[in-house]
Amino acid sequence: MIAHAIFFYIFSIIAVVSAVMVTVSKNTVHSVFFLILDFISISCLFIMIGAEFLGMIMLIVYVGAVAVLFLFVVMMLNVAQQKNQWFISKENSNHIPIGLLISVIIFFELIIVIGGWKYKPDLFNQDNLSIVNDVSNTHSLGMVLYTDYIHIFQISGMILLIAMIGAIVLTFRQREGVKKQSYLKQISRERAEGVEVVEVASNRGVKIDD
Amino acid sequence: MIEIGLGHYLTLGAVIFSIGIIGIFLNRKNIIVILMSIELILLAVNINLVSFSMYLGDLTGQVFTLFILTVAAAEAAIGLAIIVVYYRNSGTIRVEEIDKLKG
Repeated sequence: MIAHAIFFYIFSIIAVVSAVMVTVSKNTVHSVFFLILDFISISCLFIMIGAEFLGMIMLIVYVGAVAVLFLFVVMMLNVAQQKNQWFISKENSNHIPIGLLISVIIFFELIIVIGGWKYKPDLFNQDNLSIVNDVSNTHSLGMVLYTDYIHIFQISGMILLIAMIGAIVLTFRQREGVKKQSYLKQISRERAEGVEVVEVASNRGVKIDD
Repeated sequence: MIEIGLGHYLTLGAVIFSIGIIGIFLNRKNIIVILMSIELILLAVNINLVSFSMYLGDLTGQVFTLFILTVAAAEAAIGLAIIVVYYRNSGTIRVEEIDKLKG
């Protein structure tokens, strides 16, 4: 139990500190690195709490795909030139104190909700819970995911497909001056437009492609 | 303090959620950091769902965490594509200079 506590505090402190660093670090590339660190420590927490499948999926999806996507975009967009001041804005705007106030209020609301949960444990009756311990987490998730939630699962696949098509459509552009192969043009050529019979005068030669 | 329970995980989720909110409100840099803050918020929601799911012995929370993961990936892809297109058109992604809608 004490090892559990020690690991929980280590991972959660790393997670919170790196979450802070995501928002305050001046360089956007550093923000992405801290985001990766945050995801990794949270997935360690998931594995520690017993949700192994989700921890692994977090590693694959977030660290392997989303964070690398962020890194690519940050590298492509040349945001290092646009690094600038935090808390300093061009004109005077009062969004910073209001934003801080709202964030603090949200945090305390969440804390109040959690405190109510923690110190009033008879809010929920935990006796009739059926925790199946003889199958692994991945096994049991698979058993409900492909039976009870099959429609939502397929809808999430459709969402991913639509997101992929949308990203391609958004960033696609026709470039000028790029040579491309056109199959339709190639196979629809006629002999008449491909071959030309010329009369060659003696001692003159022919000039092609003028 | 030593006994790690549900409250600890929920507190961690609340802290990360609030940091994400602060990151959205206080951001003066580029809009990519706002997208990263949204990812942080979704991560906090995932922490809450997974910890409730483990402590209540109900797998539904983990299933929905999987779907939130899907939606977060789709959202990141679309959002970054929009950012790339915007940068190509206007040459900046600083939050202050994105004011075409005059909001």
